[in-house]
Amino acid sequence: MFRNLSTAVVLSISTVGVLAQSAKPTDPQIAHIAYTAGQLDIEGAQQALQMSKNADVRAFAEQMVKDHTAVSKMALDLCKKLGVTPEDNDTSKSLTKAAAAKRAELAKLSGAAFDKAYIQNEVAYHKTVNGALETAPIPSTSNAELKSLLQTGLKMFKGHQQHAEHAATLVK
Amino acid sequence: MRVVRVATLARVLSGRALARMLVVGALALPLTLLAADQGKTPPKPTPPPSRVVQITIDKVAFADAPTGIKVGDTIEWVNKDIFDHTATSRGGLWDVPVPAGKKVRVVMKKIGSLEYYCKLHPNMTGTIVVGR
Repeated sequence: MFRNLSTAVVLSISTVGVLAQSAKPTDPQIAHIAYTAGQLDIEGAQQALQMSKNADVRAFAEQMVKDHTAVSKMALDLCKKLGVTPEDNDTSKSLTKAAAAKRAELAKLSGAAFDKAYIQNEVAYHKTVNGALETAPIPSTSNAELKSLLQTGLKMFKGHQQHAEHAATLVK
Repeated sequence: MRVVRVATLARVLSGRALARMLVVGALALPLTLLAADQGKTPPKPTPPPSRVVQITIDKVAFADAPTGIKVGDTIEWVNKDIFDHTATSRGGLWDVPVPAGKKVRVVMKKIGSLEYYCKLHPNMTGTIVVGR
């Protein structure tokens, strides 16, 4: 059942990639997508910190809160400096909708089942966001500083994906 | 009036002369000691001093390690990121947290091509070549 639900979420998030590819986002939209992707991961991590007692899961979730809070602050500071107001868009909306659905699904689980589903979703989520960032927003970004921040963010996200993959082997 | 001025000048001059004497004396003393030391004992073969070599962490990446690192040298990771990282040896030689904005040192005790990574962002990798 979990696999089916996860697949559904992955599929719904995959459409984000398609959306991002079809229309070239503007810098204010890109900033919004990057910020949203980070905030959603923080919300997921906060849920895990409320629900999980597994040390590996909690350590991972704590890192997600710390890293994404730091990168979100960098993004907001840069937007302020550049005079860019992040602009909501379909990609951000799809990400938010998919994440809310996933959180509701995870809320019904507990114990080891929750830990496993959370980490598996973290792997899938980071993979999807990485793919989406690489294919559309980063090549489309016109401002050099924003592009550099996104590239750093992407490296961090890729690191999280690998960390989540490792954590997934520990919560089997 | 004039007498007072001359006296002041004399005091200043004598002050300078004293300072000059002290400087010459301070320079001469170690030279004398050095000469005496060379006369007594042959120079000992001392091992080359161990160095502290910095590796910067920036934008979620380890900078390349410098070449010429020897056993006994210290690596100092300097984390310029706003993210916490670790420097973790794949061979289990060391595993240290490198918090955001901090510096952390590890002495290299083994020769070889030593691979390491960040446990929090495993896509961050590096290699330190340690020689004798």
